[in-house]
This record gives sequence, structure tokens and C-alpha cells, in this order.
Amino acid sequence: MNPATVQELIWAGVLVALAAFWPMMSNGYWLGIGVDVMMYTALATSWMLFSGPTHYISLASAAFFGVGGFVVGSGMSDYDASFWSMLALSAVIGGVLAALIGLATLRLSGVYFVIFTLGLAEMIRNLVSWVQNNFLGSRGLYVLTEFTDAHLYWMLLVTAGCVYLLGWIISRSRLGFALRIIGGDETVARHVGINTAMAKVILFTTTGVFGAIVGAIIAPRWSYIEPNQVFSPQLSFFVVIMALLGGSGRLWGPVVGVIPFLLIWNWVDSNFPNQSILVLGVAFLVIVYFLPHGFVGRIEQLRARARGR
Amino acid sequence: MKQAGAVLSVKNITKRFGGLVAVSNMSFDVAEHEMVGIIGPNGSGKTTMINMISGVFAPTDGRISLRGRLISDAAPQIIAREGVGRTFQLVRLLPGLSVLENVMAGAVYGHKRRWGREAEDFAHSVLERVGMDAMSHAPVSSLTYIDQKRVELARTLAGEPKVLLLDEWLAGLNPTELETGIELIHNLRNEGRTIVMVEHVMDAIRSLCDRCVVMSSGAKIADGTTDDVLSDQDVIRAYLGDDDA
Repeated sequence: MNPATVQELIWAGVLVALAAFWPMMSNGYWLGIGVDVMMYTALATSWMLFSGPTHYISLASAAFFGVGGFVVGSGMSDYDASFWSMLALSAVIGGVLAALIGLATLRLSGVYFVIFTLGLAEMIRNLVSWVQNNFLGSRGLYVLTEFTDAHLYWMLLVTAGCVYLLGWIISRSRLGFALRIIGGDETVARHVGINTAMAKVILFTTTGVFGAIVGAIIAPRWSYIEPNQVFSPQLSFFVVIMALLGGSGRLWGPVVGVIPFLLIWNWVDSNFPNQSILVLGVAFLVIVYFLPHGFVGRIEQLRARARGR
Repeated sequence: MKQAGAVLSVKNITKRFGGLVAVSNMSFDVAEHEMVGIIGPNGSGKTTMINMISGVFAPTDGRISLRGRLISDAAPQIIAREGVGRTFQLVRLLPGLSVLENVMAGAVYGHKRRWGREAEDFAHSVLERVGMDAMSHAPVSSLTYIDQKRVELARTLAGEPKVLLLDEWLAGLNPTELETGIELIHNLRNEGRTIVMVEHVMDAIRSLCDRCVVMSSGAKIADGTTDDVLSDQDVIRAYLGDDDA
């Protein structure tokens, strides 16, 4: 991932400001899609902070997302805690969990890291279900708030904006440069003096914090949540596909992957509900065969060609 | 040989991989501004020795110290920050980064920790030093082999190492490139750098090294001035076998 420019930050600011008006211009179906877009933009961008430069493909997004939703659900229905305090708590728990996973997976790379994160997310899902079924009495939890979809949309927009801003700062810092070096060659990274373990854990932790925050914000939308729903592994795959479809070369990559993917997904899901999973497979093929560097890579290729002319 | 003012000191170093003894009871010192060659037949443990100095793995036994500070149980990034820089036998560049960024990588996390403009300027000056500044914005994939080696050397120099480890830096170069390469290292030597080089190119050893340590089957069989060492009977036997000794 290349260092982001000041121009990119200004553009991002303008886009966030414009996006804030979406709930006033839409409702129902289109506002729902807006919430989805914001949710996946925040998740995919935070995923990119770590996986973009290092090329470590994490399938643990659902674990953090689920922890966020579950902490809010459990706190609000079992302990009468407020939404805001549970939101803060879920960020802390998501961060700690990610740091632990990061420390446990430091020696893994390539496909071993991918499988480990997927397995771990599944293990957490089963563990939470088991605790829920055996000790907490009920299978699901109620999350009842006054929030409308517009409120959730704005909260997610702020979260996505924060993720982008943090990513922008990191990409221009020593830490961001260190991650690019780690992505290029970890052995070289260590021999130029980079504490590779520390750099990876810090970034993976931010991914965990934001994953949990997004999960916590989305929880009120469902009113009733159960572990199998919030820890769904499909979410982890969605995040990866959208980020890769957008392209991992730039911080704004995920946004251009999230929007087309969700529009197509929703259209297929409402017209051909049984074939929706096909979209996932086709998206994978498109990325592998036509867009190995995502939309970002294609856009930059076209730009370079235009300049060369 | 115990020298006062040794920058790098290797004492009784042994490395075992399971039952295989790759390096056995090696000791040598490197003084400031000295250029020491580590030579020996293939598989004699030279690269293993370099890997232990730079921290790729810890020795099974023994001590390595840099200016009196023990480094043999430290991680590579700590050793790098202490001032040991190295190149790799098979050149390692960062493919997604430009030539300039590759060299900046060496400048940013060393003991000086330069950043921003300062790191960029410094990287440019090091690139100029190895004759590669004109290529500073090229992608590394467009470089020839000697140029890749020069960029890797520049990255290592950018960390301003107190001891520079060159692991077969001249291997794989064609005769013209070899001449350029030897001249470049000669210049480094004239700057008064402390260098340890593993090398097979004998011409280079003769013209560059003050002193040589010879390894065979993991053990030191000779240590002295280059001329003395290269005419030593044991050394000739190790390279050519008994018949020619």
C-alpha cells in the first residue's frame, strides 16, 4: 500500500460530508443498503490496514464483529447496561482478542495464517454458543434501542471516517512504511531493524477494535441476536472479497469494491434468493482472472496509460 | 587472537542443527577498520557463521559481542540497531518499493532513525555512493543483477553499520560486473569501514582482505594475513584434497 496523499484525505473528507446526507434522500430499502455499505466500508478498510500492506489474509473479521454484537446484546439484555458503555467495552474486548490472536499467530504465514484465523473465528462462535446455551439460559439476546437506521448509518459513517483517518496517518508514518517492508520481505524487515512482531500486533489490534465497534453498532438493527448470526463466517469472506475487489494498493480501495458488490449482491438476493451465493463465487473468479489488483489496480493502470500517451 | 579494541568478537561459537554440527568452536576477532574474509570450501559453515552474527539464529554455544556488548542471544532487529548490517547470498530487495524506498528502509529503523526528508536525502546520498542515484525512482524489477546487488548494498550502508557483513556479494557477477563490484568494495575499505566478507572469488580476497579466517567442516583451520593463509598447507588441503597439497 502506497503512502496516502493530502489530496486523498481532502477527497475522503468531501465524500464523508456528502455521504452524511444520504439518510435525508433515501429511506427503507436504499437506506438499508446505505447502512450495509457503511458497515462493510468500515470493516473492509480496517481489514486493509493490516492485510493490505502485509498480505496476511485474515478471516477473523466475524470473530471481532461477533464479539462487538454479543457484548452489546449480553450487556443490554442481561445486565441492563447502556448501549454506549457496551460499545466502549466491546472495542476494548475486540482489541484484546485481536492482540492475543496476533501474538498466537506471529509465527504463521501464508495459508497457515488464513486457516488459523478462520478456525479461531469458528471456535469463538461455538464457544459463545455453548456458554449461551448452557449457562445463560437463552439462545439469543434482545437489543432494544431508540436508534433508527439513519442513526446507525451516521454512527457507521463516523466509524468508517475514523478508520480512514487512522489509516491515512499510519500510511504516512514509520509504522506504515515498516508494514510495507514486512509485506515485501519479512527477513529484510528484521535485518533493517524493524520489530516485526510489534508492528503486526499493533495493526491487527486496530482491525479487532474497529471490527468490534462495527459489530456493536449494528446490533440494534437486528433487535434480537444469536451467536450463529453475528459470528457468521460469511461476513469474514465478504470483507475479504470486497477489499480485494476494490484493491489493496490504496486506502480508498475497499470503498470502490464494497458499493458494486453490495448492489449486485442485493439485486441477486432479492430476485434469485437461491443463487445469491453464486455471486460470491463469481466475484472470486473475476478478481483472480480479471482484477488481480482490484478496481484500484485497473484504474491506476488506465491512468498510467493515459499519461503515457 | 585477542585484540584490544576488537569491534566484533566471536568466542567459542558452536551451532548444531540436530545431530549436525555446522559450526564448531569458532573464535575470531575483527578490529576497527579491518577487512576480514571468511573463506572455505562449500558447506564449511561460513554462511551459518554470518547468520549467527546477524541474529538469524542463535548459536548453540559461545558468545558474539559487538564493542563489548553481547549480541549472540538478541533478535535480528536488535542486532541491526546495535550496528550490524548485512547483505544476503541471494540478493533480497523489496519488490513493491522503488529503488529509493528500498534504500530508505535501511535508513529509517537503524540506530539513527531518520525519517521524512532527512531519510530521503540520506538514501539519495548513499545511492550516489554506489553509483545508482540515477535509478532512484525505477521499480526494482527493472534492475540488472549487479544493480540489484548495489541497491541491496546501499540499503545496508544506509543503516550506517559499525560492522558490514557481505555474504558472497560478488557471486554470480560476470567479469565486467565483477570488476565494478571489486572496485566498489575497495572504496568502502578505503573509507575505513569494518567489513567481514564471505567470498569464493579468490582474486577479490587477495586484493581486498587484510586478513582471512579459513573454515573447513565447521571449524577454523587458519587465521592470519591473506598471503600467509592462502599458502598454508592445511588450507590448500581443504580446498584441493591431499594429493595436491
